[in-house]
Amino acid sequence: MTEVGGIIQNRFGDNLAFTTVDNVVNWARKSSLWPMTFGLACCAIEMMATGGTRYDWNRFGMIPRGTPRQSDLMIVAGTVTLKMATRLKRLYEQMPEPKYVISMGSCANNGGPYWKHGYHVLKGVDEVVPVDVYVPGCPPRPEALLYGVMKLQEKIQEDRVLRRRGETLGSLAGASMAPEASK
Amino acid sequence: MDASSIHGRLKDRFGEKIVAFQSETLQPWAVVAPDAIADVAAFAKSDPALAFDNLLCLSAVDYPKEDPPRMEVVYHLFSYEHRHVFVLKVHVPREGAHVPTVEGTWAVANWHEREAYDLFGIVFDGHSDLRRILLPDDWIGHPLRKDWVDPDFYNGMHVKPTQQMAERAMAGEKIGVGPFDFTPPNRHVEE
Amino acid sequence: MSTDLQGGGYGWRVDDIDTDEMILNMGPQHPSTHGVLRIELRTDGEIVRAARPHIGYLHRCFEKHAESVDYPGVIPYTDRMDYVASMGNSLGYALAVEKLMGIEVSPYVQTIRVIMAELQRIASHCIAVGTYGMDIGAFTPFLHLLRDREKILDLFEWTCGARLLYNYNWVGGVSHDVPDGFVKACRQFLREFDAVTYPEMIDLLIKNKIFIKRTANIGVCAPELAVSYDLTGPNLRGSGPPRDLRRDEPYIGYENYEFDVVVGEGRFGPRGSCFDRNWVRALEMKESAKILHQAVDRIEKMERADVHEKVPKRVKPAKGEVYARSEAPRGQLGYYIVADGTGVNPYRVKVKSPCFTAMSIFHVLARGMMIADIIALIGSLDVVLGEIDR
Repeated sequence: MTEVGGIIQNRFGDNLAFTTVDNVVNWARKSSLWPMTFGLACCAIEMMATGGTRYDWNRFGMIPRGTPRQSDLMIVAGTVTLKMATRLKRLYEQMPEPKYVISMGSCANNGGPYWKHGYHVLKGVDEVVPVDVYVPGCPPRPEALLYGVMKLQEKIQEDRVLRRRGETLGSLAGASMAPEASK
Repeated sequence: MDASSIHGRLKDRFGEKIVAFQSETLQPWAVVAPDAIADVAAFAKSDPALAFDNLLCLSAVDYPKEDPPRMEVVYHLFSYEHRHVFVLKVHVPREGAHVPTVEGTWAVANWHEREAYDLFGIVFDGHSDLRRILLPDDWIGHPLRKDWVDPDFYNGMHVKPTQQMAERAMAGEKIGVGPFDFTPPNRHVEE
Repeated sequence: MSTDLQGGGYGWRVDDIDTDEMILNMGPQHPSTHGVLRIELRTDGEIVRAARPHIGYLHRCFEKHAESVDYPGVIPYTDRMDYVASMGNSLGYALAVEKLMGIEVSPYVQTIRVIMAELQRIASHCIAVGTYGMDIGAFTPFLHLLRDREKILDLFEWTCGARLLYNYNWVGGVSHDVPDGFVKACRQFLREFDAVTYPEMIDLLIKNKIFIKRTANIGVCAPELAVSYDLTGPNLRGSGPPRDLRRDEPYIGYENYEFDVVVGEGRFGPRGSCFDRNWVRALEMKESAKILHQAVDRIEKMERADVHEKVPKRVKPAKGEVYARSEAPRGQLGYYIVADGTGVNPYRVKVKSPCFTAMSIFHVLARGMMIADIIALIGSLDVVLGEIDR
């Protein structure tokens, strides 16, 4: 996340009141992630299946929005080509803070099956936007995407909104699962 | 009509513009001189015995190692009325290739020719809107030619995979593969 | 002559008000463009005067990859072109290479291929009809059809392990034999399809008065125009000509099955409208179910054979070239393969994708429509951008 200003953002120390407020704010944010429908290729079909009735991302509070201006999650589902990359960056910049990016599928992670001879394929969407969670697979199963969303929710839960930035657990994929990670 | 009769009919009409005929293959083809292809196409569609009203596919192929080096534009034709297929080919030089457009005969050739121009650099004279279709407008080069080399960057983004990734893969390291070692039975594995 | 009220009460006369054309950009990120498609519209208010589609936002260099990997290695790349119907793509490629090498597969493998192709056709049309309804505004049929498509994906996953991109049709055979119990499961699916899915879809969407009114009078395509722009498959059959490669030039044993070729009838409007193309897709699902019933009965009586029997150890065709066509759910898919006889890689693979030619007619049909009808037109042409851009 980029630096944001504001009178109460990241100003306060770690005490009971602000930690609780942060927990509530983070819980609210993670429970209603509204993704922008950014389905590009085959992973978009699996994303649609995740939105369908069997896998149902609606129970996570995710309502797909068509416009970036009203969404806070961008799931880059599919291959990003060089022609599309500039548009992707522009859409990312149009999203309001706080915003998160899930890179879904191996094409968005690192170019996927087109990494070697794809002259028009962007080798990983992290060349143009910062990515929070990478979901591998070609295409990832809907359960894998939901797991990626859950990992993102863990990451959001540890955000510091009112409290000053400092030591955080940084919810990398392993950190919250490690037995010694304290809550 | 079978392939030799189709070729015969074209040859009767156009004489030495039909340069060659290859009948010993799965799908026989006739080679047409580049400047005559538009007329041959119009005749192939309007002639009632041929009635090729459908252009199945327009492809370009690059043959740099042939003698002389050439590119080919291949037209696959089909007739819904008579249900016969025929192939026309046009040989053009690899640099500065110009071919008249067949857009007037088959409207679908518009997009096919734009793609051949985009990926191979063959210019179609008389085309209404010859510009790049698949690649961005500021792309340099024609990638499907055999002498294409990936540039390093395009507008600040890496085009070639990074050297590190490539080196590790070439060294035999299995990137991103788990403990499985499944070789499908139809693979011929070089030992 | 003009009263004061006509100018909004401000005293303007109507002929003073300057209207001008507007250039509106749709896409490439848009909820309803079925992929990354960008359409530049020149509109006069709500009426579209000209439309110009821009493609290439998903150009993944398939043809370059096909020249760089060996013949069997191209099959996963073919899957990813039309990712909604990948059995059809790999089937087309396998047929082309088999034609080049002169390989004939056994009837058992042919029957398996027919089963997979028709299941994939139903699944692909589920998405086509469902997303078309969603574009028009009917969200419920989409959810119902996706739920029923999951049953087909379960069958595929049981057979070959993948839900969407299977790498299933190999040169000379298929990758996995159908498992034990597949026939029973397939029959169960067909029972549910005939009893629930198909009638629900017809009731909810196809017979829906609002849907008919939205789609039956727009996007009318005459048969000659369709042939000139090389429209194939449901797009062409919606305009009238009963052209179906499974009937005209049968492959993998389609001559043994009885089915009808569905044609647009122009029941609610002119023939060849958006409704007709969608009608063809919806009714084709029933025909595919018919073929499936027959194919499943056939395979039950056959004894198990080795599906890898004719798969060559090394695919190295002699020098030659071939153009092979097959009826994919979106139209006629053609592969032009050039082999130079020396390497294990193809020399050139050119794909004629049905959606590419369908998109080329867009600018003709889009003139004079309203902007909301543009969405209906794209959906009725059933384009998948992976196939257009390759």
